[in-house]
Amino acid sequence: MSMIVSSIGQGLLWAVLGVALFLTFRILNFPDMTVEGSFPLGAATAVTLISHNVSPILATIIAFGVGALAGLATGLLYTKGKIPILLAGILVMTASLSINLRIMGSANISLLGKDTLFSAHFLSTLPKYFDSVLVGFIIISVITALLVIFLQTEIGQAFIATGDNPTMAQSIGIRTDRMTIMGLMISNGLIAFGGAVIAQNNGYADINMGIGIIVIALASIIIGEVVFGELTLTERLIAVVVGSILYRLVLLAVLRLGFSTNDLNLLSAIVLAIAMMLPQISKALKLDKVIKKGLANHD
Amino acid sequence: MTEPVFRLQDVDVTVKQGTLAATKILKGINFDIYEGDFITVLGTNGAGKSTLFNAIAGNLQLSHGHILHHGTDITQKSPVERTDYIARVFQDPKMGTAPRMTVAENLLLAEKRGAKRRLRGRNLSKEKLAQYRELTQTMGNNLDTRLQTATGNLSGGQRQALSFLMATLVKPELLLLDEHTAALDPKTSEQLMTTTNQQVTQNQLTALMITHNLADALKYGNRLIVLNAGDIVLDVRNEEKAKLSEEQLLKYFIA
Repeated sequence: MSMIVSSIGQGLLWAVLGVALFLTFRILNFPDMTVEGSFPLGAATAVTLISHNVSPILATIIAFGVGALAGLATGLLYTKGKIPILLAGILVMTASLSINLRIMGSANISLLGKDTLFSAHFLSTLPKYFDSVLVGFIIISVITALLVIFLQTEIGQAFIATGDNPTMAQSIGIRTDRMTIMGLMISNGLIAFGGAVIAQNNGYADINMGIGIIVIALASIIIGEVVFGELTLTERLIAVVVGSILYRLVLLAVLRLGFSTNDLNLLSAIVLAIAMMLPQISKALKLDKVIKKGLANHD
Repeated sequence: MTEPVFRLQDVDVTVKQGTLAATKILKGINFDIYEGDFITVLGTNGAGKSTLFNAIAGNLQLSHGHILHHGTDITQKSPVERTDYIARVFQDPKMGTAPRMTVAENLLLAEKRGAKRRLRGRNLSKEKLAQYRELTQTMGNNLDTRLQTATGNLSGGQRQALSFLMATLVKPELLLLDEHTAALDPKTSEQLMTTTNQQVTQNQLTALMITHNLADALKYGNRLIVLNAGDIVLDVRNEEKAKLSEEQLLKYFIA
């Protein structure tokens, strides 16, 4: 039971990444590799600041800002430098490996004995793992609500149009380059924010913690879509959060089968691959019809 | 005659400049567009019609010459800056609308052409929707019943009608119609052409319309130009245009 609560807590905390990647992957329609760099960048920034006795809240907010700068770098390389987005993201991701080492000064920093977002007194009164659930729930609720409001503003709508049809967006006066850069900044800011929160939850920051991040974020997006199908934009963001929790539960189930945590990246990739192929597989096997038939009344 | 709204001065456009494949597509075009002109543009494939549009809209750099807007040189202005006064309807129905956004959302976006987009809630109130319903009714193709439909689910004809409305919602100083009915079936095409003509005439829009249909080119508008090999070989207006026949027009295509 406690493992399930823990998985839900992890799902809620990691959902920030899914929602952030949704902005680029689903709204702007491109895969942004920067996240593999901005995630540890946020973790490194926050953990280093906290270890220098900066308040955890301020440290987490600064992590957002640093992540946004990584997004800005990718955005400028892509829009002004005309470098393909995949390569631009990989360049910034690679560069941030060095920057992370500069920030941290070593490959690993522990938060042992330091106050974090999870140190608030009332959290310790909760049963085990419920602190992650509560903090995760509050954070993802606020972020999702802010994004929903933002996407309904005039700028938010211009941002959506930019991803939907850049030619049309330009023809009605939308500065698509600016919108793309803005999207990358918000997205990577949120990813770094997520990195800061997760590092505090783990109690340390590690130089290698960015590996496989894009797969985890994608998994929550894809699982949410496979499970829920056609939705409005607001519902789709919520589906990502649910997808993130489901992903953790799937991982939990797989680990129960006897795999070790060292296999996690392999398992993540397999889970995502299966989720992405599911629509095709169900088409090939006519699963829809079979399920509908199974649920229909016998006549 | 009064001052033109747009003036093209000795406009050359060369693609792949500086390479062996360099081709001059527009050759020394001099062309004035006056307020209220509804100009049909004819020419064979490769004559330079689309290039002319791209040059005016700013999507292609001029290799020589200037474009003036009310006497101000806009040659160096970006395409987005030019959308303050130029609107465009594309040939491909997929090009003019955002497929995952609804008809009403698309219209709302277009209503901000030339204005600043702010970080404030979009206004899709009941009044606004009623206003859009009235507007879309003028197109006569049931677009008004589909305001909350994602444009990706509309028919090609409805999408083009929507693109047209989006281009004219904020009255542009110049409307570029790039074979906007060419991808539609004959009946839908004719219907859109009729409403186009109505709206352009009623709202006294200044428009350039590329077409391959000689009859349409003669029937609509007050002025007609024929492009051939990058140059304007015929430019007629009013009575002179009215006297023209399809046979006479065809002669300008062979050269």
